[in-house]
Amino acid sequence: MFDFLSDYDILGAFWTTVQLALLSAVGSLIWGTLLAAMRVGPVPLMRGFGTAYVNLVRNIPLTVIILFTSLGLYQALNITLGADRSDTANFRLAVLGLIAYTSAFVCEALRSGINTVPVGQAEAARAIGLSFSQVLRLVVLPQAFRSAVGPLTNVLIALTKNTTVAAAIGVAEAALLMKEMIENEAQLLLISAIFAFGFVCLTLPTGLILGWVGKKVAVKR
Amino acid sequence: MSALLYDAQGPRAKRRNVLFTVAFLAVLAAVLWWVYLTLKDSGQLEWVLWEPFFTSSEPWSTYIWPGLQNTLKAAVLAVIIALPLGAVLGIARLSEHAWIRVPAGAVVEFFRAIPVLILMIFGLALFAEYTNVSSDDRPLYAVVTGLVLYNASVLAEIVRAGILSLPKGQSEAAMAIGLRKNQEMRLVLLPQAVTAMLPAIVSQLVVIVKDTALGGAVLTFPELLASANTMSGYYGANTIASFTVVAVIFIALNFALTSFASWLERRLRRAKKSTGAVVGVDEAQIAGGGGTAGGGVN
Repeated sequence: MFDFLSDYDILGAFWTTVQLALLSAVGSLIWGTLLAAMRVGPVPLMRGFGTAYVNLVRNIPLTVIILFTSLGLYQALNITLGADRSDTANFRLAVLGLIAYTSAFVCEALRSGINTVPVGQAEAARAIGLSFSQVLRLVVLPQAFRSAVGPLTNVLIALTKNTTVAAAIGVAEAALLMKEMIENEAQLLLISAIFAFGFVCLTLPTGLILGWVGKKVAVKR
Repeated sequence: MSALLYDAQGPRAKRRNVLFTVAFLAVLAAVLWWVYLTLKDSGQLEWVLWEPFFTSSEPWSTYIWPGLQNTLKAAVLAVIIALPLGAVLGIARLSEHAWIRVPAGAVVEFFRAIPVLILMIFGLALFAEYTNVSSDDRPLYAVVTGLVLYNASVLAEIVRAGILSLPKGQSEAAMAIGLRKNQEMRLVLLPQAVTAMLPAIVSQLVVIVKDTALGGAVLTFPELLASANTMSGYYGANTIASFTVVAVIFIALNFALTSFASWLERRLRRAKKSTGAVVGVDEAQIAGGGGTAGGGVN
């Protein structure tokens, strides 16, 4: 009953899923933090750009973005992100799409974290003569990050699940392998159970561990 | 808060802001110029490729409108089925009997931990193997199944958060006048919780509408995104134009829903008559679950 499993590289597929998730997580944390900084900053143009970006990107389905990276960027505009093979190109484009999408949610999570920092903190920082970027970098963001661990964890879990969308452009991750296995083998329930279990293993511990970390690092007020 | 991270600006800060604005504008312009050049070099800006959307109704009536109808059909079906299911699961999770509470909790946490796409692929194979749903209808059934399983569990958490957000006096008063557990839930808590949950439910609609696109990309469900694909084939590979049009439609639709949700939230928070409990758009995503496997961010 389990013989056919050795014909498929299930662990390899999940490894691709994990790689997609980790690379996109790092990328969207950076880009999302920049967006959040723009949205709370004193330059109106940057504020407008940040707001527009978040509102536009949040309302486009991720599937549209990912499919666009392949059909639009890769095939129509020939943007390969420095890859010479189509499967590496698709992987990188999927990461790009995931970063573009997830940073909007990272930005919002961070902004909710910034809102938990008491106004007096920023006022005190300004009173001792810190500039806006110093206020943000030294006083507000460190506290905001610590209280945003919870929302950021939710974003990370959603991102892990969203990596399955890369199946739409043929990146060899878990969902694509599951589809292929279901088509070839007559073991629907077993195969589904394996992949469901795989994702439960990825997301539940993330939630539990980061939930614990979040409680640990949260600024007690 | 955000407006208070910096002071009212003096002459030096104003000069610096102008400098930043100019620099940022230059970067933006450079990026846009690069995009323009890339588009132009690949011929994607030719008027022939964009013209069908402006000069004829054919792309709208043949591709976009039927696609949009399917998107909305799947989304509406999913909501209609998932809402009562979610309400039952959410209330079951608050039960005082462990044999109801624990299984309901397990079901909710399980389906929230699994990607919608996995559930849809499972649904497609399930209908093919164990039912006689015709192969034309199967993608719709599969999309709705996936959406229902996932969103019912998210909605269950919203319902739970809605009920928990009510002041304790509400259930105490219900008990004091001798209502049964079931009457207390049905007559006192749920009606108030539904009002409190409305903004969160509306913003969950956005997630559902966006997730229908998965069916188009992976399950051959002929919704809006899938019709963009066939459309760009028909009009001579106008990928950029087709995707732009479809993205704009999705943005307009979802932006309307998002704005409606936050309007509803503001209105409910202002209303004096209610208990003042509101499950907001953001809270919904963190709602309940002890922060284990959350995230309706799809």
